[in-house]
Amino acid sequence: MLIINPANARLWSILGSRGAFGVAMLDAASGNDKLMVLTADLGVTAGLERFRATYPDKFLNIGIAEQNMMGVAAGLAKEGYNTFTTTFSNFCAMRAYEQVRLNLGYMQLNVKSIGMGGGMAMGQFGNTHYGIEDIALMRAVPGLTVIAPADGGEIVKTVQALMTFEGPAYVRLTGVMNNPTVYTEEYDFEIGKAVTVREGGDVAIFACGTMVYESVVAAKLLAENGISASVIDMHTIKPIDKAAIGKACATAKLLVTVEEHGPIGGLGGAIAEYTAQRGGAPRQLFIALPDVFGKNGDYKYLLKKYGLVGAQIAERIIEALNSPL
Amino acid sequence: MESREQTVAKLQAMSKRMRRNMLEMALGAGYLGAHIGPGLSIVEIVAVLYGAVMRLDPKNPRWIERDRFLLSKGHGALALYTGLAEAGFISQDDLKTYEAPESFLTGQPAMFEDKGIEIASGSLGHGLSIGIGMSLAARKGHHSYTTYVVIGDGESNEGSIWEAAMAAAHYKLPNLTVIVDVNGIQSDGRCEAVLDMGRHEDKWRSFGWEALVVDGNDVGALFDAFNAPRQYPDKPRTMIAHTVKGKGVSFMENNNEWHHNRLSKPQHENAMKELAD
Repeated sequence: MLIINPANARLWSILGSRGAFGVAMLDAASGNDKLMVLTADLGVTAGLERFRATYPDKFLNIGIAEQNMMGVAAGLAKEGYNTFTTTFSNFCAMRAYEQVRLNLGYMQLNVKSIGMGGGMAMGQFGNTHYGIEDIALMRAVPGLTVIAPADGGEIVKTVQALMTFEGPAYVRLTGVMNNPTVYTEEYDFEIGKAVTVREGGDVAIFACGTMVYESVVAAKLLAENGISASVIDMHTIKPIDKAAIGKACATAKLLVTVEEHGPIGGLGGAIAEYTAQRGGAPRQLFIALPDVFGKNGDYKYLLKKYGLVGAQIAERIIEALNSPL
Repeated sequence: MESREQTVAKLQAMSKRMRRNMLEMALGAGYLGAHIGPGLSIVEIVAVLYGAVMRLDPKNPRWIERDRFLLSKGHGALALYTGLAEAGFISQDDLKTYEAPESFLTGQPAMFEDKGIEIASGSLGHGLSIGIGMSLAARKGHHSYTTYVVIGDGESNEGSIWEAAMAAAHYKLPNLTVIVDVNGIQSDGRCEAVLDMGRHEDKWRSFGWEALVVDGNDVGALFDAFNAPRQYPDKPRTMIAHTVKGKGVSFMENNNEWHHNRLSKPQHENAMKELAD
């Protein structure tokens, strides 16, 4: 079984989230008779070339037909197969949304839907390939677990966990090749349990996907300014880790959520839904993509344009701390 | 072993009992109403499958080798439920709970595997894809079961049906049979007026399927069709079953007011007279 170490972390970073996913699937499939992996003609894109060559009996390219893919996956899952589907995040979360709702939600069939290209990974293509609503949509389906791993190592951990996890899940992959690394050593990963990546008191930054790394950068810059910020890797957005939020509320003067997703219904929304009812929570700063169909551009350009780079995140936090309600 | 004639007579009697049960259930649903017409059109299809074709064990509803029945056109639920009662999966008392709060007999089927209800349906265009997954699983696991999927002619408007039709042919699934209930009427009117799909058999054949055309309200014709030797051992099979929406009750036949409607006591009485032995 793959473990996280500096060499592996470096490799998975170079490969990016899709490559790391492919490596993780190839590794986890060994000896797993009840595994099936489906794709809507994005097997190569999903880093599954070696998987397909090694395990042709566990792999099906359904064609460019996401709705059918989700239904076929449901039928296989119903017959006992732990079935993964792969396509772009907006094609599973939107094109096949009703299939997700019926098969993964209503019937709770054991399908793991992998959404590649969450956020702006494919920003050069323009808005058809942005994934900016998927967390909100998938989170709205009752009984669906939603996970957005922070880096290659956490993708590996997620895949390993999903091999034995019973029930439907959506996994959102973000970033491009040369994805920054958060984890270089083994750590405890459990679906539904946030990871505190950095301790701190004044500010609590909750992030998912690639924004965990950028938040760590921001926290380091904040420390230079005398502000102590914790960074919490909220890899599981549903069910949300209420204990981690409660812990942050005890000390922080400001909660911050950072995500490569639109501002409605994502990680920020999930946390606010909880704290609004819980009470006793500080103000929350939402750092997310704007609620517009933005311009095209390469990934790094867009991160900067939308203020999702570490230094910009730190600036926004300082600004919020300095501005009264 | 019973003769074909005996089987046909048995299935005819079963169909009649199912229709009477369906009308009792529709009456019991009261102001909520029921999908009566689209259930009545598929009574014979369900009767032949549950009464004479499928391998089933009602005492072991999760038996791995059972044939799978997926009612993709969920608005045919009354036929499914009465068929399950005939086959011994559920009781007459269960039927009385149709559409009652928290009953497992919902207006559109919910998945209750222990009651023989394989999938949730009602939202159209889902069942065939699920059936493909189950048929692939049969092949992978070397199981001998057949998966039967009943879809509607109106349901065939859905693009997902044709995504699935392509895939089933591509994967060469002779263990998958689709029955298209061609009753000619969908929610808003005659199918050819809403969206003219031409001859269903031509479409399915062009998608790589074996296609039989059969009188879907004739138990003998259906029985023969299901038992007919396969023309193409590698192809999935479809039966284009021409039926009458509302079949069996004169004032409901081809009358789309009965797609979904409330059944009054006098109407129920008249209908039951027509279905008396």
